[in-house]
Amino acid sequence: MANIDETAILKRIFSYFLLIFLAVVILAPFFIGIWTSFLPTADILKGNFFSTNVSLNNYFDAFTQTPILRYLGNTVVISIITMFAHLIFCSMSAYAFVFLDFKYKKVFFALFMVTMMLPSEAAIIPNFQTVKALGLLDHYSAMIVPSLTSAFGTFMLRQSFMQTPMELKEAADIEGLNHFQIYWNVVLPYNRISLITLGAYSFLGAWNQYLWPILVTFSNNSRVIQNGLKQLQSEETFNNWGMIQASAAIIVIPTIIVLFIGQHYFKSGMNEGAVK
Amino acid sequence: MLKTSTTDVVPEKKVEANSDRKFKLTAKDKYYASIFVGPSLFLLGLFVFYPMFRTLYISLFLTNSFGNTTLFVGLDNYVKLISSPDFVASMWVTVVYVVGVTFFTIAMGLLLANLASQKLPGIAIFRTLYSVTMGVSVSVAAIFWLFIFNPSAGFFTLLTKMLHLPTVNWLTSPTNAMWAIIITTVWMHLGFVFLVFLGAIESVPTTLYEAADVEGVSSRYQFFHITLPMISPTLFFVSTITIIGSFKSFGLIDLITKGGPTNATNMLVYRIYNDAFFGGNYAKSSAEAIILAIIIAFFTYLQFKFLEKKVNY
Repeated sequence: MANIDETAILKRIFSYFLLIFLAVVILAPFFIGIWTSFLPTADILKGNFFSTNVSLNNYFDAFTQTPILRYLGNTVVISIITMFAHLIFCSMSAYAFVFLDFKYKKVFFALFMVTMMLPSEAAIIPNFQTVKALGLLDHYSAMIVPSLTSAFGTFMLRQSFMQTPMELKEAADIEGLNHFQIYWNVVLPYNRISLITLGAYSFLGAWNQYLWPILVTFSNNSRVIQNGLKQLQSEETFNNWGMIQASAAIIVIPTIIVLFIGQHYFKSGMNEGAVK
Repeated sequence: MLKTSTTDVVPEKKVEANSDRKFKLTAKDKYYASIFVGPSLFLLGLFVFYPMFRTLYISLFLTNSFGNTTLFVGLDNYVKLISSPDFVASMWVTVVYVVGVTFFTIAMGLLLANLASQKLPGIAIFRTLYSVTMGVSVSVAAIFWLFIFNPSAGFFTLLTKMLHLPTVNWLTSPTNAMWAIIITTVWMHLGFVFLVFLGAIESVPTTLYEAADVEGVSSRYQFFHITLPMISPTLFFVSTITIIGSFKSFGLIDLITKGGPTNATNMLVYRIYNDAFFGGNYAKSSAEAIILAIIIAFFTYLQFKFLEKKVNY
């Protein structure tokens, strides 16, 4: 009996050892990045990693000497507009595919599915020409207009809308509601969890855009944060590692906090997305 | 997940019959349909279908520096690509990267998820810590790791100096640069993949493990003969999205290696971007884009097929 207990305890110690070791490995880039963001660049370049000259100077410099706040603002605006556009357009098309009957419905739905198979990276040349012709280059709209809707979002919401109980729809029909009213007052509220999940996906998707914004923005007025860090790195600040690390920390800390708070919710949303 | 209401007393068949009767093609429905589905259809047409056909069209021509088509050459651009050692090397590099990223992401994700699915006090902390890289975007990941790989002041250089080991040139040697990109990509994706695997492992019925425990089966055997088969649909889902994602990789390459050294990390999307927007060779770039589209379409199609069947075993 005692023998079994001993192996169980050893096993448990080994588990914790492995858990902690892996946590350290995964978090190391964060620790290194955030720690160096508090150090003077001179010390970092000298390899004086355990310097005691800890300060917030790099953060102060990042805010005052670089347009990082502008980049953040641009990205927040673009991401929020994209998110709401997805919620509106995707839910509308999903509604049509579930609750309306129309000619070529199957064909149109097949087209949406095909769209999910085509990578946007393969369409950059004509899309660049289109956006240029529309005169949208270097504006927020260059990043918003091409991604106002999403085939994936439509598909995801369609799967969810199909679970709406038919009785609700029938009750709405008896009440004499038209499709706009059913859409707005019955279907959207009933599927709010899926809508929130899609909203989170869309926001993060827009936030993480990298290739498309690099093509269509040329100035700090419209540059997004993902490209902004590259810009800082390529300019005179190239070797100012302290400030670059501080900028990275400024960007990552809010998302990490959101993640810690919403961890439970994100996890369930993720699984829903994976299963559907 | 399904939200069946408790007041659901109507038999399903009757509901379906009802809905069939109601869903008749009426002029009104047509009017609503055009409003509801029209905008999305128009946008997808303009920004997905038109550009795909346009890219295909351009890839069959020669182009001038403005991207206008000049001379129809049929499949010549493709033939040129396939016979160019440069492009073949690029495809090879892309495949190595995709295989490396997919293998290590899945192996690490499974290891972490399996560890974190244990019922131990304080395990919730580890679950949170392991999922932390989900909050990291491309540029932040690139900067954190660029500093670690930095040859003069970087963390790895510091570490090797402290331990009196020879310094590794992470970004100037072709093989090491590939490793650097793979490590960074795996690290960035790990949080998401970990969470998906953890969810799948937790949904495996505990009775299976209990039965195995009674039989005295080792935990390694349980992992390979219970956990893995039971989560095979998730395994498939994660594999395909990781493959698709890494074929489309661009940001990390642009920030960390710029395709170098000597094209060692010059992958497909980076090539498409460079050939068009720096080389001005729109025809070549379009042919490469079509090749990318075919690859991605293939893997997405696989995913659809298997999701439909919900593979098990």
